[in-house]
Amino acid sequence: MVDTATPRVRVPRDATAGEIIEIKTLISHDMESGQRRNGDGDLIPRSIINRFTCDFNGQNVIDVAMEPAISTNPFFEFMAIVPESGTFVFTWYDDDGDVYTDSKDITVT
Amino acid sequence: MKLNRRDMIVLTAGASVAALLPVASSAQEAVDAIIAEFTGGAEMGAEGLTLTTPEIAENGNTVPVEVDAPGAASILVLASGNPTPKVATFTFGPMAGAQFASTRIRLAGTQDVVAIAKMQDGSFVRASREVKVTIGGCGG
Repeated sequence: MVDTATPRVRVPRDATAGEIIEIKTLISHDMESGQRRNGDGDLIPRSIINRFTCDFNGQNVIDVAMEPAISTNPFFEFMAIVPESGTFVFTWYDDDGDVYTDSKDITVT
Repeated sequence: MKLNRRDMIVLTAGASVAALLPVASSAQEAVDAIIAEFTGGAEMGAEGLTLTTPEIAENGNTVPVEVDAPGAASILVLASGNPTPKVATFTFGPMAGAQFASTRIRLAGTQDVVAIAKMQDGSFVRASREVKVTIGGCGG
Protein backbone atom coordinates (compact mmCIF):
# COMPACT_ATOMS: atom_id res chain seq x y z
CA MET A 1 0.00 0.00 0.00
CA VAL A 2 2.99 2.23 0.47
CA ASP A 3 3.25 3.39 -3.14
CA THR A 4 -0.39 4.22 -3.60
CA ALA A 5 -1.29 6.05 -0.38
CA THR A 6 -2.15 9.44 -1.84
CA PRO A 7 -3.67 12.02 0.51
CA ARG A 8 -6.30 14.42 -0.74
CA VAL A 9 -7.39 17.35 1.39
CA ARG A 10 -9.92 20.12 0.91
CA VAL A 11 -9.44 23.36 2.85
CA PRO A 12 -10.83 26.79 1.87
CA ARG A 13 -8.17 29.13 0.44
CA ASP A 14 -9.15 32.05 2.68
CA ALA A 15 -11.28 32.83 5.70
CA THR A 16 -12.15 35.67 8.01
CA ALA A 17 -10.39 35.84 11.41
CA GLY A 18 -12.05 33.46 13.86
CA GLU A 19 -14.10 31.73 11.18
CA ILE A 20 -14.98 28.05 11.62
CA ILE A 21 -14.19 26.15 8.46
CA GLU A 22 -14.95 22.65 7.22
CA ILE A 23 -12.08 20.33 6.27
CA LYS A 24 -12.41 17.12 4.30
CA THR A 25 -9.63 14.56 3.95
CA LEU A 26 -9.30 11.33 2.05
CA ILE A 27 -6.31 9.01 1.65
CA SER A 28 -6.16 6.04 -0.68
CA HIS A 29 -5.36 2.98 1.42
CA ASP A 30 -6.62 -0.64 1.47
CA MET A 31 -7.10 -0.65 5.26
CA GLU A 32 -6.63 -4.44 5.31
CA SER A 33 -8.62 -5.41 8.41
CA GLY A 34 -6.88 -8.69 9.28
CA GLN A 35 -10.27 -10.45 9.14
CA ARG A 36 -10.26 -11.36 5.44
CA ARG A 37 -8.91 -14.59 3.95
CA ASN A 38 -7.07 -15.06 0.66
CA GLY A 39 -7.81 -17.74 -1.94
CA ASP A 40 -6.00 -20.40 0.09
CA GLY A 41 -8.05 -19.70 3.20
CA ASP A 42 -5.20 -18.01 5.05
CA LEU A 43 -5.81 -14.79 6.96
CA ILE A 44 -4.45 -11.69 5.24
CA PRO A 45 -2.42 -9.82 7.89
CA ARG A 46 -3.73 -6.51 9.17
CA SER A 47 -2.28 -3.42 7.48
CA ILE A 48 -4.08 -0.18 8.25
CA ILE A 49 -3.51 3.47 8.96
CA ASN A 50 -3.87 3.58 12.75
CA ARG A 51 -3.78 7.31 13.45
CA PHE A 52 -4.65 10.58 11.76
CA THR A 53 -3.90 14.07 13.04
CA CYS A 54 -4.52 17.61 11.85
CA ASP A 55 -2.64 20.61 13.27
CA PHE A 56 -2.90 24.33 12.58
CA ASN A 57 0.26 26.38 13.19
CA GLY A 58 1.50 23.70 15.58
CA GLN A 59 -1.74 23.44 17.59
CA ASN A 60 -3.90 20.34 17.37
CA VAL A 61 -7.28 20.37 15.62
CA ILE A 62 -8.18 16.69 15.77
CA ASP A 63 -6.40 13.44 16.61
CA VAL A 64 -8.09 10.22 15.54
CA ALA A 65 -7.16 6.73 16.80
CA MET A 66 -8.22 4.41 13.98
CA GLU A 67 -9.14 0.72 14.19
CA PRO A 68 -9.62 -1.85 11.38
CA ALA A 69 -13.34 -0.95 11.24
CA ILE A 70 -12.52 2.26 9.35
CA SER A 71 -13.40 1.80 5.67
CA THR A 72 -10.99 1.49 2.75
CA ASN A 73 -9.69 4.92 1.68
CA PRO A 74 -10.29 6.58 5.07
CA PHE A 75 -12.37 9.74 4.89
CA PHE A 76 -12.71 12.38 7.61
CA GLU A 77 -14.68 15.57 7.78
CA PHE A 78 -14.30 17.98 10.72
CA MET A 79 -14.26 21.65 11.72
CA ALA A 80 -11.38 23.95 12.53
CA ILE A 81 -11.20 27.50 13.82
CA VAL A 82 -8.92 29.92 11.95
CA PRO A 83 -7.71 32.83 14.15
CA GLU A 84 -4.90 33.88 11.78
CA SER A 85 -3.22 33.03 8.48
CA GLY A 86 -1.25 29.81 8.62
CA THR A 87 -0.79 26.23 7.58
CA PHE A 88 -2.79 23.11 8.23
CA VAL A 89 -0.64 19.98 8.47
CA PHE A 90 -2.25 16.57 8.00
CA THR A 91 -0.48 13.39 9.08
CA TRP A 92 -1.43 9.73 8.63
CA TYR A 93 0.47 6.95 10.47
CA ASP A 94 0.63 3.52 8.81
CA ASP A 95 0.97 0.17 10.68
CA ASP A 96 4.19 -0.46 8.72
CA GLY A 97 5.79 2.70 10.12
CA ASP A 98 5.22 4.89 7.08
CA VAL A 99 3.99 8.43 7.66
CA TYR A 100 2.09 10.32 4.99
CA THR A 101 1.71 14.08 5.21
CA ASP A 102 0.02 16.89 3.36
CA SER A 103 -0.31 20.58 4.15
CA LYS A 104 -2.56 23.44 3.08
CA ASP A 105 -2.14 27.18 3.56
CA ILE A 106 -5.00 29.45 4.48
CA THR A 107 -5.06 33.25 4.38
CA VAL A 108 -7.10 35.36 6.76
CA THR A 109 -8.51 38.31 4.84
CA MET B 1 -31.66 -43.75 33.99
CA LYS B 2 -33.14 -44.71 30.68
CA LEU B 3 -33.34 -41.96 28.04
CA ASN B 4 -36.40 -41.98 25.82
CA ARG B 5 -36.84 -39.88 22.71
CA ARG B 6 -38.57 -37.00 24.53
CA ASP B 7 -35.79 -36.66 27.10
CA MET B 8 -33.24 -36.65 24.33
CA ILE B 9 -34.93 -33.73 22.54
CA VAL B 10 -35.10 -31.71 25.76
CA LEU B 11 -31.45 -32.43 26.49
CA THR B 12 -30.15 -31.45 23.06
CA ALA B 13 -32.27 -28.28 23.01
CA GLY B 14 -30.86 -27.32 26.40
CA ALA B 15 -27.33 -28.07 25.31
CA SER B 16 -27.57 -25.97 22.17
CA VAL B 17 -28.99 -22.98 24.09
CA ALA B 18 -26.15 -23.29 26.59
CA ALA B 19 -23.65 -23.44 23.73
CA LEU B 20 -25.02 -20.27 22.11
CA LEU B 21 -25.20 -18.12 25.25
CA PRO B 22 -21.47 -17.71 25.96
CA VAL B 23 -20.86 -16.41 22.42
CA ALA B 24 -23.50 -13.69 22.72
CA SER B 25 -22.45 -12.65 26.21
CA SER B 26 -18.72 -12.55 25.43
CA ALA B 27 -19.32 -10.08 22.56
CA GLN B 28 -21.37 -7.91 24.95
CA GLU B 29 -18.64 -8.26 27.57
CA ALA B 30 -16.03 -7.06 25.06
CA VAL B 31 -18.12 -3.95 24.35
CA ASP B 32 -18.70 -3.34 28.07
CA ALA B 33 -14.99 -3.74 28.78
CA ILE B 34 -14.06 -1.15 26.13
CA ILE B 35 -16.68 1.27 27.48
CA ALA B 36 -15.47 0.74 31.07
CA GLU B 37 -11.89 1.37 29.97
CA PHE B 38 -12.93 4.67 28.32
CA THR B 39 -15.24 5.94 31.08
CA GLY B 40 -13.60 4.35 34.10
CA GLY B 41 -17.04 3.03 35.05
CA ALA B 42 -18.59 6.50 35.33
CA GLU B 43 -22.32 7.08 34.84
CA MET B 44 -23.31 8.12 31.33
CA GLY B 45 -25.89 10.76 30.45
CA ALA B 46 -28.10 10.65 27.36
CA GLU B 47 -28.21 14.31 26.28
CA GLY B 48 -25.64 16.27 24.31
CA LEU B 49 -24.30 13.75 21.83
CA THR B 50 -25.76 13.36 18.35
CA LEU B 51 -24.89 10.18 16.49
CA THR B 52 -26.01 10.16 12.87
CA THR B 53 -26.09 6.89 10.91
CA PRO B 54 -28.22 5.58 8.06
CA GLU B 55 -31.13 3.39 9.18
CA ILE B 56 -30.32 0.87 6.47
CA ALA B 57 -26.86 0.39 4.97
CA GLU B 58 -26.86 -1.62 1.76
CA ASN B 59 -23.11 -2.08 1.88
CA GLY B 60 -21.49 -2.76 5.25
CA ASN B 61 -18.07 -1.92 3.81
CA THR B 62 -18.67 1.80 3.92
CA VAL B 63 -21.29 3.18 6.28
CA PRO B 64 -21.26 6.96 6.87
CA VAL B 65 -21.22 7.89 10.57
CA GLU B 66 -21.30 11.36 12.13
CA VAL B 67 -20.76 12.37 15.75
CA ASP B 68 -21.46 15.81 17.15
CA ALA B 69 -21.09 16.64 20.85
CA PRO B 70 -20.60 20.34 21.68
CA GLY B 71 -18.15 20.62 24.58
CA ALA B 72 -16.68 17.14 24.20
CA ALA B 73 -12.99 16.45 24.74
CA SER B 74 -13.08 13.13 22.90
CA ILE B 75 -15.59 10.75 21.34
CA LEU B 76 -15.30 6.94 21.15
CA VAL B 77 -17.19 5.07 18.42
CA LEU B 78 -17.99 1.35 18.75
CA ALA B 79 -19.62 -1.18 16.45
CA SER B 80 -21.11 -3.59 19.01
CA GLY B 81 -21.50 -6.48 16.53
CA ASN B 82 -18.09 -6.36 14.84
CA PRO B 83 -15.34 -8.96 15.53
CA THR B 84 -13.34 -6.08 17.06
CA PRO B 85 -15.88 -3.54 18.34
CA LYS B 86 -13.60 -0.49 18.52
CA VAL B 87 -13.94 1.77 15.48
CA ALA B 88 -12.26 5.08 16.28
CA THR B 89 -11.54 7.62 18.99
CA PHE B 90 -11.70 11.29 18.02
CA THR B 91 -9.79 13.67 20.30
CA PHE B 92 -10.39 17.38 19.75
CA GLY B 93 -7.59 19.91 20.13
CA PRO B 94 -7.66 23.66 20.91
CA MET B 95 -8.09 24.53 17.19
CA ALA B 96 -11.17 22.35 16.69
CA GLY B 97 -13.99 24.54 15.37
CA ALA B 98 -16.66 22.15 16.63
CA GLN B 99 -16.67 18.80 18.40
CA PHE B 100 -17.88 17.20 15.20
CA ALA B 101 -16.46 14.47 12.98
CA SER B 102 -17.69 12.40 10.09
CA THR B 103 -16.16 9.23 8.66
CA ARG B 104 -17.03 5.94 6.95
CA ILE B 105 -16.91 2.64 8.80
CA ARG B 106 -17.26 -1.12 8.26
CA LEU B 107 -20.11 -3.06 9.86
CA ALA B 108 -20.13 -6.89 9.89
CA GLY B 109 -23.93 -7.05 10.02
CA THR B 110 -27.06 -5.48 11.49
CA GLN B 111 -26.09 -4.08 14.89
CA ASP B 112 -26.03 -1.11 17.24
CA VAL B 113 -23.43 1.59 16.65
CA VAL B 114 -22.50 3.18 19.98
CA ALA B 115 -20.81 6.53 20.58
CA ILE B 116 -19.57 7.79 23.94
CA ALA B 117 -18.42 11.37 24.43
CA LYS B 118 -16.11 12.46 27.20
CA MET B 119 -17.03 16.05 28.02
CA GLN B 120 -14.52 18.70 29.03
CA ASP B 121 -15.97 18.66 32.58
CA GLY B 122 -15.21 14.92 32.85
CA SER B 123 -18.79 13.65 32.48
CA PHE B 124 -19.81 11.09 29.86
CA VAL B 125 -22.65 10.90 27.35
CA ARG B 126 -23.74 7.82 25.43
CA ALA B 127 -25.73 7.54 22.20
CA SER B 128 -26.63 4.43 20.23
CA ARG B 129 -28.32 3.78 16.87
CA GLU B 130 -29.25 0.53 15.17
CA VAL B 131 -28.03 0.12 11.59
CA LYS B 132 -29.54 -2.59 9.39
CA VAL B 133 -26.85 -3.97 7.11
CA THR B 134 -27.77 -5.80 3.90
CA ILE B 135 -24.26 -7.02 2.98
CA GLY B 136 -21.70 -7.28 5.78
CA GLY B 137 -18.34 -5.57 5.47
CA CYS B 138 -15.80 -7.76 7.21
CA GLY B 139 -14.80 -10.04 4.35
CA GLY B 140 -15.19 -13.83 4.55
